[in-house]
Amino acid sequence: MADITSSGVTPQSITESYLQEIKRKRLYSGITLVVFILLMVSGFNLAASRNGGSFWGGLSNFFDYPSEVVSEAASKASELPAHFVTYFPALVETVNIAAVSTLIGALLATVLSLLATRGLARWPWAIGLVRRVLDIMRAVPDIVIALILIFILGGGPVPAMIAIAFHTTGALGKLFSEVNENADLKPVDGLKSVGATWTQQMLLGVIPQVAPNWLSYTLLRFEINIRASAILGFVGAGGLGYELKNAISWGQGRYDEAGAMFLMLFLTIVIVDQISSAMRNRLTHGDGGLHA
Amino acid sequence: MTDATISPAALEDDARALFRRKRMIAFSVPVAILLYLTYTFFAFDVPGLWQRASADNARSLVADTYSHKVHVTRDNRSGEITYAIEGERKGRYPEGESPSWVEPGETTIIDLEDGHIVTFGPETITYDIPGYGMVTATPSRSAGVQAVLPDGDMPEWINVSKNRMAITTDAGRLTVTRNRSEVFRYFFGWEQFWFTLDSPYHNMNVVEVMSRFAAGENAEIWDDFWNNPMWLHSSVAWAIFETILMAFLGTFGAAIIALPLAFLAAKNFSPFWLARFTTRRFFDFVRGVDALIWTIILTRAFGLGPLTGALAILITDTGTFGKIFSEALENVDKKQIEGVQSTGARPIQRYRFGVIPQVMPVLLSQILYFLESNTRSATVIGAITGGGIGLMLTQAIITQKDWEEVTYYIVLVVLMVMFMDWASGKLRARLIKGDDGGH
Repeated sequence: MADITSSGVTPQSITESYLQEIKRKRLYSGITLVVFILLMVSGFNLAASRNGGSFWGGLSNFFDYPSEVVSEAASKASELPAHFVTYFPALVETVNIAAVSTLIGALLATVLSLLATRGLARWPWAIGLVRRVLDIMRAVPDIVIALILIFILGGGPVPAMIAIAFHTTGALGKLFSEVNENADLKPVDGLKSVGATWTQQMLLGVIPQVAPNWLSYTLLRFEINIRASAILGFVGAGGLGYELKNAISWGQGRYDEAGAMFLMLFLTIVIVDQISSAMRNRLTHGDGGLHA
Repeated sequence: MTDATISPAALEDDARALFRRKRMIAFSVPVAILLYLTYTFFAFDVPGLWQRASADNARSLVADTYSHKVHVTRDNRSGEITYAIEGERKGRYPEGESPSWVEPGETTIIDLEDGHIVTFGPETITYDIPGYGMVTATPSRSAGVQAVLPDGDMPEWINVSKNRMAITTDAGRLTVTRNRSEVFRYFFGWEQFWFTLDSPYHNMNVVEVMSRFAAGENAEIWDDFWNNPMWLHSSVAWAIFETILMAFLGTFGAAIIALPLAFLAAKNFSPFWLARFTTRRFFDFVRGVDALIWTIILTRAFGLGPLTGALAILITDTGTFGKIFSEALENVDKKQIEGVQSTGARPIQRYRFGVIPQVMPVLLSQILYFLESNTRSATVIGAITGGGIGLMLTQAIITQKDWEEVTYYIVLVVLMVMFMDWASGKLRARLIKGDDGGH
């Protein structure tokens, strides 16, 4: 900023300094842009050079595999309903893994988030500790926990469930505690003044305020967890992902089954996304009084 | 309250009905949750799980994460004795060298400390266990393993059968089979984390290494550490970089593709119903197909590697970004655009000066948020597409014995994700603070 109080200010000098500032700004954003483009291009080339197949070659036969699957599935279209029936239990398992882990994760996150919020925590000295615990729970990828638990517990849905619930606790705990920070403390003070315990203060004073937002985040998490549950199945934790892996490694001849499973997974994800986003809309826009 | 239709009695009834309903919900929700959890408890076969669970695996996993063991192995046919850390070829002591707690000779004496002494004789193996007595075992090809134990009941930490004897004590573990005798001695810490046995710096303490470092051996020291054949520090660093690269390329690539498409999908920028509808359904489709299916399809087309992982992130996030961006575009303030238009700006200038400055902070903050979460996704996707730390991690887990490496990688992944979280949070805070007038 030019010094306005000094006597030497003329419209010209203001224009000049403004243009100079603009120039500098443009130069900086230009440099940032160039660096960014360089990073993208060199990163892309680096990744491409370490890849099994080439990028342009892959691009040209990108649709080979999907079209193979689709054509084989189409030629055996009459068998598709039977496949849907066969793999329906696996789909239910995948959805169950996601639902249970979301539920357990949300319940744990409820407690941990209240313990991690300033003004609400039962033990204020432990706020930092609980937050670090949540950070770590969020940072550990679910696949790591799933694979370790598969080693100890054997394959099946439980390792995936625990792994996703662990991560969900960390992720929701952080979001919940952000919601809690905006909660009105007056009901809590009121309850405190009549001698309510901490649990009662939270149950009656805080949770009714924050529940809609919590529920909305939990539904969003459920959408994410269905995908995670399918991926973990792929590495051996049961459900549709596991069946999908078997069908794919079998290769040609069982593409109709793979196609059926692709379709089931796709439809499930789309349906769950639609329902959950409709519910979330109602939760956050439907009753405006609950959150200011 | 003078209205005749509302009587106090009706109000009370209403209030009571409301309370009843609330109470019903308050009770039925926990009951429903409990019922569902009970159903899944049996659907997931949790009772059967405890029978299948392997306590041995859990124990060796936990022990491995903070300690390591040195194997002293005697081939009972040739009498040859080898010493190897974790029993790995890479950790084998060079010919003619042995750990300081072993006295090689015709009868090799292995000191497990606290009075536990194991000897490998030409014929018999002995283990002197304080407080219990001397155990001897004679392996032979014809008669199996003949074990002689002190009188009395056999304790449960000794396991003897015709062809095998195993003794597990706090000091270590001895197994004798017909073909070989083996002693494990456990040590605290990760073995050879800094230098492997073949490095001259292996037995030096920190001060010694530092003084040599100062004396001009820095290149050799760094080389021995960085190319440590057991811990592969350089490959690990590269893998971490590759994971971040996958997340970076995927996230920003998706943003670059999604931005123009988002204009097509936003109500206030795209006058054509059909264009809006198609782009929106395209976003939904791309998101619905899911990262797993994209990963499979992409692996077929592009082969294994980091690029495939980056593309899988790119495609999935294009859908998500498209949705978020178009929503942000629908919320822009029209006045700024009109202001720019009133100066005679062409459409492209209108976008550049009227729209982009408004939405950029919001979009960038979303992109940075996704960059952080994609670092974690890249670890998972890398395990399938074969790139980055995810691959190393799953490979180490699949060997089912290198748990110290698994622990090391997990620590690194957690630090990496926390770093990205911190960095993106810092950048987001700067973006929002530096632009509070903009939106």
